[in-house]
Amino acid sequence: MAGKASKLGPAIRLDNVTLGYDRHPAVHHLSGAFEPGSLTAVVGPNGAGKSTLLKGLAGALAPLSGRIAAEGEPRIAYLPQAADIDRSFPICVEDLVSMGLWRRGGLFGRIGDRRRVGEAMAAVGLTGFEARPIGSLSGGQMQRALFARLLLQDAGVILLDEPLTAIDARTAADLMDLVRRWHGERRTVVAVLHDIDKVREVFPRTLLIAREAVAWGDTAEVLTPANLLRARRMLEAHDPGAEVCERAA
Amino acid sequence: MLHDALIAPFADFAFMRRALAGAFALSLGAGPIGVFLMLRRMSLVGDAMAHAILPGAALGYLVAGLSLGWMTGGGLVAGFAVALLAGAVARATSLKEDASLAAFYLISLAAGVTLVSLKGSSIDLLHVLFGTVLALDDATLLLIAGIATITLLTLAAIYRPLVLESVDPGFLRSVSRAGGPTHLVFLGLVVLNLVGGFHALGTLLAVGLMMLPAIAASFWTRDLAFMLVLSTLIGLACSVAGLLASFHFGPPAGPAIILAAGAAYLASLALGPRGGLLRRLLPPRHLEA
Repeated sequence: MAGKASKLGPAIRLDNVTLGYDRHPAVHHLSGAFEPGSLTAVVGPNGAGKSTLLKGLAGALAPLSGRIAAEGEPRIAYLPQAADIDRSFPICVEDLVSMGLWRRGGLFGRIGDRRRVGEAMAAVGLTGFEARPIGSLSGGQMQRALFARLLLQDAGVILLDEPLTAIDARTAADLMDLVRRWHGERRTVVAVLHDIDKVREVFPRTLLIAREAVAWGDTAEVLTPANLLRARRMLEAHDPGAEVCERAA
Repeated sequence: MLHDALIAPFADFAFMRRALAGAFALSLGAGPIGVFLMLRRMSLVGDAMAHAILPGAALGYLVAGLSLGWMTGGGLVAGFAVALLAGAVARATSLKEDASLAAFYLISLAAGVTLVSLKGSSIDLLHVLFGTVLALDDATLLLIAGIATITLLTLAAIYRPLVLESVDPGFLRSVSRAGGPTHLVFLGLVVLNLVGGFHALGTLLAVGLMMLPAIAASFWTRDLAFMLVLSTLIGLACSVAGLLASFHFGPPAGPAIILAAGAAYLASLALGPRGGLLRRLLPPRHLEA
C-alpha cells in the first residue's frame, strides 16, 4: 500500500528564511533543518507564522529572503489548513481520493488498479463511501478522504496544516495513527498542531515559533512553560508601521 | 399531421436542414463548455466574452464587409486578447480575475461600438448581434462543425486537469503546473464557441445556447458525466424546437432557439429533482438513514 518508503525521506534545510506578505514578515530569519525521516510538530500562537512556514516549505510561497532547500527533488504532499475544495462540484469521494494518483496517471494515463484507491479508503475508514458525492461528507469524513488522497500521493515529505481542527477525538486518533505510520515508513512529516498533549504524545520533534523560532528540538525540551510564555510575549511585538529590517539577509 | 409538423419542414427545405446542422454542431460544443462555466462559477464569463468579441468582429466587418474569414478572425483575436490579458493581469497583480475581465471586456466593447459608429449601416450589425441561422452557407457550416470538433477533442484532452482545477485548484498547483494553461485553454474554447455561435445566433444569443442547457441540466443530476451529456441533449432538443417554432409561427429562428432553451430551464427549475422548486415545496418524506 502506497509503497513502503524504504529509503529515508529527504531533509529540508532553511537558511535564514524570511516569509511573508506585502513585505511584512510572517516568519522572520528562520534557520534550521527538518531532518530526514523526522516527525516534527510546528507549535505557536495564532499569527505566529505556522501556516506561512508550511506554505513556504510546500513551495506555494516564495521566501522574501533566504533559502529553502530540499535534498534531491522530493515529492511533497501538502494539506492546507482550509483546502479550497469546491464541495458542490458533482464528483464522488472515490474520484477525489484518486486525485492522489495524479503523478502516476497525469493527463491521460490510466489510474491503474482501483485496488490502491480502495485500500487507501479502507485505511482511513471510508470503505463504502466510494460513490457518495463529496458534498455529502461531514467535516471529519472529508478530512479522512483528504488523508486517503495523501496516502496515494506516496510522498517523501508530508506537510499537514492543522489537520485536527474541528475533528472529533476518534477521527483525530485515527488520523494520528496514519501520521505514526508515515513516520514508521521514514517519511519526513511536518504538522502544525494546537493540541499540546497530542504533540507530546505523537511528535518526537517540535518547532516552537512566534514569527521567529523560539525553540527547535526534542519535544520535551522545547515545550517548557518558559518557552511557551516567551512565544506568547514575542508575538505581541508586531508593528504595522515597522521600519525596513536591516538584519543580514 | 405529426409528419407535417415535425419532419416536413426539414425534409422539404434545405435552409432548415442547414440551420439544424449548424445548431446541432453548436450544441455539441457549447453544451459541455457551459456545464464547466457554470460549475466553475463563471456563468457570466460567457456573457463578458461575447461582448469582448464584438469589436473584433466589427473591425473585420469594417475591413471586408460581411466576410466570414475577417469577422471570425477579428472575433477570435479580440476574444483571445481579452482572455489572455485578463488572465495575465489576474496572475501578475492583486486584481481578481472577474474584475480584470470586466475591465478589459468593457474597454473592448466600447472600442467596438466606436468602430461601428464610425461607419454607419447598423442594419448589418444586427447580423453580428442576432445571427442568421436560416442562411448558413457551406463555409459557415464547416466552420461551426470544425469548432465543435476541436472543442470536443480539446475537452477530452484537458478533462482531468480541468475537473481537478475546478474541484481543488490548490491541490492541482501542488502536484502539477497544468492549472494555469488548462484555464487558458478552457477560456480559449469559450471564445472559439462564441465566435462559432455568432454566425448562427449572434454573439449575445450564442451565450444562451451555452449556459441555459447547462443550468437546466444541473437540476437533474449530480453526476458530472451525465450532466455534460444532458446539457448537450437539451441543446439539441431546443435547436429542433426553436427552428420548428420559427418555421410554423414566424418568430426569428435564433431567439426562438434560445427561448426554447429558456423554457427548458424554467421547466427544470420547477420540476428538477436536484433542488428544483417542486421538491422544495412538496418534499418527499425523509429516509431512514
